[in-house]
Amino acid sequence: MNDYSALTSLPSVLLALQATDASDSMSAGLIRLLVIVAYFCLLLILGGVATSFLKNSNRDYLLASHSIGPFLLLMSLFGTTMTAFALVGSSGEAFVDGIGIYGKLASISGLVHSLCFFVIGTRVWKYGKRFGHTTQIDFFRDRLDSPRMGLFLFPVLILLLIPYVLGGVIASGTVVQSLTAGAFPTFFPHEQAALAGGVPPYLGSLVVCLVVLSYVFFGGMRGTAWANCFQTLVFMVLGIVTFYVIAMKLGNGTDLFSSMANAIREVPRKHITREEMSHSLFITYMLIPLSVGTFPHIFQHWLTAKNAAAFKLPIVMHPFFIMLVWVPCILIGVWAAAPGVLPEEWYGQPMAHQNKVLSYLVTKHTTPLVGGLLAAGILAAVMSSLDSQFLCMGTMFTNDIYQRFVRRADAVSNSTAVAASPATEAATPTGAAAAERLPAPAETSVWVARGFILAIVAISYILGIVLDGRSIFRLSIWCFSGFTGLFPLILAALYWRGLTARGTQAGIVTMAVTWSYFFYVSGFGQGVMGEDGVQRPYKLLVPGTDWDILPVVPITLATTVVMLAVSWLTPKPSAETLQRYFDEATVPTP
Amino acid sequence: IGLLLLHHDFWDDATLVGGFLPIGLAYHVALSILITVAWA
Repeated sequence: MNDYSALTSLPSVLLALQATDASDSMSAGLIRLLVIVAYFCLLLILGGVATSFLKNSNRDYLLASHSIGPFLLLMSLFGTTMTAFALVGSSGEAFVDGIGIYGKLASISGLVHSLCFFVIGTRVWKYGKRFGHTTQIDFFRDRLDSPRMGLFLFPVLILLLIPYVLGGVIASGTVVQSLTAGAFPTFFPHEQAALAGGVPPYLGSLVVCLVVLSYVFFGGMRGTAWANCFQTLVFMVLGIVTFYVIAMKLGNGTDLFSSMANAIREVPRKHITREEMSHSLFITYMLIPLSVGTFPHIFQHWLTAKNAAAFKLPIVMHPFFIMLVWVPCILIGVWAAAPGVLPEEWYGQPMAHQNKVLSYLVTKHTTPLVGGLLAAGILAAVMSSLDSQFLCMGTMFTNDIYQRFVRRADAVSNSTAVAASPATEAATPTGAAAAERLPAPAETSVWVARGFILAIVAISYILGIVLDGRSIFRLSIWCFSGFTGLFPLILAALYWRGLTARGTQAGIVTMAVTWSYFFYVSGFGQGVMGEDGVQRPYKLLVPGTDWDILPVVPITLATTVVMLAVSWLTPKPSAETLQRYFDEATVPTP
Repeated sequence: IGLLLLHHDFWDDATLVGGFLPIGLAYHVALSILITVAWA
């Protein structure tokens, strides 16, 4: 065996973090709970500080007045894209399927996410700043001269975001329950000894949602960006600490690398190769990261950039940061596949237990204090995505539905003029279609946004309780598949003059119909039960072959074909609109 | 960008690089670093 001890003698403070099994599970659970509560309080204080910097305008509340520089943009984009999927989902999926998950989603995301930032993000930011867009729907409405675009796009975006939010809600409940096990044995008994006395998911996820809502409501986009930056640093640092502690405990070697070698020795061969993964499926996973080009919450983060140069740091560092987060989580999941690491019954039904792998190992192999800190790190990854999703849903509802359709109807029926506050007028887009909007006073807009966010969070929370135990990984893949299905629309809107409003609307409807069909036949994303009683992922075969592919392929193909066909047959936007977007002194292609 | 070809790599090779890192994973970690440099 190679001797790497000289390379891996980490500071003694890290060695001190190595665990002993807590002799008193009640006090251990309570200590972890107190650390989590302290972390929540810290976040609320951060949100409060951000509030003091808030300017009295919609533009500042929703887009931080286009003031976000390179580092904050990098951290908020990375924190937003790394969700429960990246930590809890990746370790769980590696426990089920092995190392293939890194190539399927992590390394390809490093390439494709940065490509989306470069080709889509910079362009969206440029037009957004020039024409005053606040949301994705604003952009499509203005670019395609289509005042009613929101009626097509808004329900689809919300429909796709709910499974994403749901993943965060389920993950936070699972993590809090696992890591506070033993704290309240009288109040929260459980048939599984490992979870007895833990704060139940309905309570844990409720508190997480309320904390996120608090700093989003009062800090707006600036508070969200600050919290994202802080939480991203927290989960990156604590993720590496988690990896180190678990590696040393599982491998029990003299140094990190010898421990890693010991930990992987008993792992089944299928987990350290991709021998059971089909080539065709691996190739089609390449489409999944394109979803980042159409996430409405990422779109809103792009619009916060101070200037185009602010995108350079996120483009370069995003792939490296993905590697730093995913490699440790995947190795932990792979090590967990070795016999005896997890409870015996988990190996027979890995898909049913995959969400609990990371938090179980943290609970079992760390001291209560470190366990609490690591729990805060996992929750930081979840919350740094929930906040952006909450804010963007509220923004879209206020900007694209309430101000445009609800208030307009009220104003017409009451024949009353609405005096917009100066702040709101400053926030109003200058594009042609944007003139259709009837702005509401800034304070009213903010409260309407908050009301809608509360409604969606309540729906997601109830679904999260009902659907607890669903695979976060698979829920997320379905969400990403829908957003990838919309990718041809944003690409065409930015680079093809021939795109029409009708073509876009037909594409949106096609995506929604095909996505709903495949979601239904796949057992609502959870796979199908085999005759042996074991749940397996849904397989879609290319007709006449044995190539299995992801449903994202037919969804994206159908959307593209319909978009092109209908666009060729229907009238294009006005010459004035096309001139605003395409006729510049310099050609806008990379 | 057409890095995409390199991405489609070691399929059933169970070699452990350094005795602790599966070669399929080690390859993609190296690719992630190459992608970072390429974007720079």
